[in-house]
Amino acid sequence: MSPKRKIRILIAKPGLDGHDRGAKIIARGFRDAGFEVIYTGLHQTPEQIVAAAIQEDVDAIGLSSLAGAHDYLFPRVIELLKEKGADDIIVFGGGIVPEEDLPALTQAGVKGIFTPGTSIEEAVSWVRKNIKPRK
Amino acid sequence: MFKEDKLKKVQEEKKKWIEDLSKILCETPERLARFSTVSDLEIKGLYTPEDTKDIDYSRDIGFPGVYPFTRGVQPSMYRGRLWTMRMFSGLGGPEETNKRFHYLLGHGETGLSIAFHYPTLMGYDSDSPMSRGEIGKCGVAIDTLKDMEILFEGIPLDKVTTSMTINPPASILLAMYIVVAEKQGVSRKEIGGTIQNDMLKEFVAQKTFMLPPKPSLRIIVDTIEYCNKEVPRWNTISISGYHIREAGATAVQELAFTLADGIAYVTAAMERGLNVDDFAPRLSFFFDSHIDFFEEIAKFRAARRMWSKIMRERFMAKNPRSWMLRFHTQTAGCSLTAQQPYNNVVRTAYEALSAVLGGTNSLHTNSLDETYAIPTEEAAAIALRTQQILAEETGVANTIDPLAGSYFVEALTHQIEEQAWEYIRKIDEMGGMVAAIERGYPQAEVADSAYKFQRQIDSGEKVVVGVNKYATDHPPIIIWRMKPEIEERQLRRLRDVKQTRNNQRVKELIDQIRMASKNEENLMPHLINAVREYASIQEICDVWRDVFGRYSDPGYF
Repeated sequence: MSPKRKIRILIAKPGLDGHDRGAKIIARGFRDAGFEVIYTGLHQTPEQIVAAAIQEDVDAIGLSSLAGAHDYLFPRVIELLKEKGADDIIVFGGGIVPEEDLPALTQAGVKGIFTPGTSIEEAVSWVRKNIKPRK
Repeated sequence: MFKEDKLKKVQEEKKKWIEDLSKILCETPERLARFSTVSDLEIKGLYTPEDTKDIDYSRDIGFPGVYPFTRGVQPSMYRGRLWTMRMFSGLGGPEETNKRFHYLLGHGETGLSIAFHYPTLMGYDSDSPMSRGEIGKCGVAIDTLKDMEILFEGIPLDKVTTSMTINPPASILLAMYIVVAEKQGVSRKEIGGTIQNDMLKEFVAQKTFMLPPKPSLRIIVDTIEYCNKEVPRWNTISISGYHIREAGATAVQELAFTLADGIAYVTAAMERGLNVDDFAPRLSFFFDSHIDFFEEIAKFRAARRMWSKIMRERFMAKNPRSWMLRFHTQTAGCSLTAQQPYNNVVRTAYEALSAVLGGTNSLHTNSLDETYAIPTEEAAAIALRTQQILAEETGVANTIDPLAGSYFVEALTHQIEEQAWEYIRKIDEMGGMVAAIERGYPQAEVADSAYKFQRQIDSGEKVVVGVNKYATDHPPIIIWRMKPEIEERQLRRLRDVKQTRNNQRVKELIDQIRMASKNEENLMPHLINAVREYASIQEICDVWRDVFGRYSDPGYF
């Protein structure tokens, strides 16, 4: 039997936002927790993020946005995943996201949103609970 | 600072104190095994004359307005003139931001500071596919001179100074400002303000980068060279530690990397053949004021002392104005919490007090709602009032550098300075800041500190009230939301400008920018000519991306 595949996650920074402190901390925290992590770097278009996710065969995409464009960018990533038939990839996100924006993001298919004050451990346990390595 | 015999007596008394203390600690130990600053610098329980014995008053502390400027850059400091109260503002389109400017000036603000939306920061117009979802969200949308004209309606540019947080397109925004002034009948010789124009820190933090480091530096030196002659009251760079700190650096790293960036700019300008004393007096600085009260005060004092030594001893500047580190401060956005947001008013007040006791020349205070969105008018007004209360009620501006001579503050100032020199030596050995950035050194140092701090919060070793201690539910607050029609209005205006301007003329002027970029001619006169005819920011930046290539994030984590 082959060893169990690790959870593979793409951490992505959509749009022009340059705040990458949180994304990098989460990427490192996930790696230390034993997940395989790919980080896109900054300034990625939703198209680039979806292409990277498919190419890297990830189980989930974690989007980070601190500049207020989450309401456009997060749903756009999900829309493109659907178009590519890759909507089994789970999308979650974090950053400066006002509470009143949460219902619309959930409605669009974002499975989890982590707002300021989240610990690395909380995010790691959420991933363990909600994301399974795909076959 | 003390005579030998006096010091000996202090040492004997200290020994006795330690003995007494040990007995007490056997029964009631200290609260923590280790006391440290927010940057994790270990702090002792007591500082005495012993800790400052190697400090020489005249050599290391001195008088305000006199080398090495530890006590401040002006002889009279706040007794002469208070710091400039400059609130970073930008929201939606130029109309909304103009209204906010008038509101803040009406509430006693003394200088303007523009926050641009991300497309402007990155050199894109509002109609670019890259700008989708971003228009007006994180600052004001500026595409062409038309927007700048609206932004400054009713604001006389000979009466107010303006700071612009803008980096890759900094020279373009300065060109627009010069033309707005010109149209108001104000000469470029009279206008005052600052462009951030500090690309090196963009590769380390904030990350609004566009071109690789070397061409970025060339454009910066163009602005320095031009302003020397043509815009003498303009601060050509705001060498910024703020963003480095916000990205997770320690106080020492913030200080060291900022000064190392400064060294790189001075070197580049001198390599162009400029005389150091012609341009150095117009270099300015920008620091973070974080939550650790004394660490920040010590950092500001150390910064002034270090820069004066760098300018006088390393670059042989002769003009005392070249030795002065003048700086703007912003309270720490990263210290604010989304939980129990009213606590942010208190945090900001302490941070502002640190900045004032550290001798800042200008100050922005954050609003309580900035962990959610751009501040509302009410939240921005409380933040401004915080400064006014400090300035006019608390009495802290009555005397200069009131913490000088404190054993603790002087020892900490010295300690932070020594650790920062260590970093600067390391960066020099790598071949300077450009080389260090190219190998990812400061980026990795900052990321390591950020990760370590997060782990300390997660473990409870560092306390954030309302987040990892004393957490309770809190009611939601009202936050600023952008109206969707702002985006449509911005796109419509850009379309109209592009249709009604002289497009043939714009094309010629853009071609001249292309030629000047390739020929290493100073770009500023060409930029002024092009923006006057309503060339857009992206039209110019596209030329640069084409001529110089793009810088993209290596994505280390």
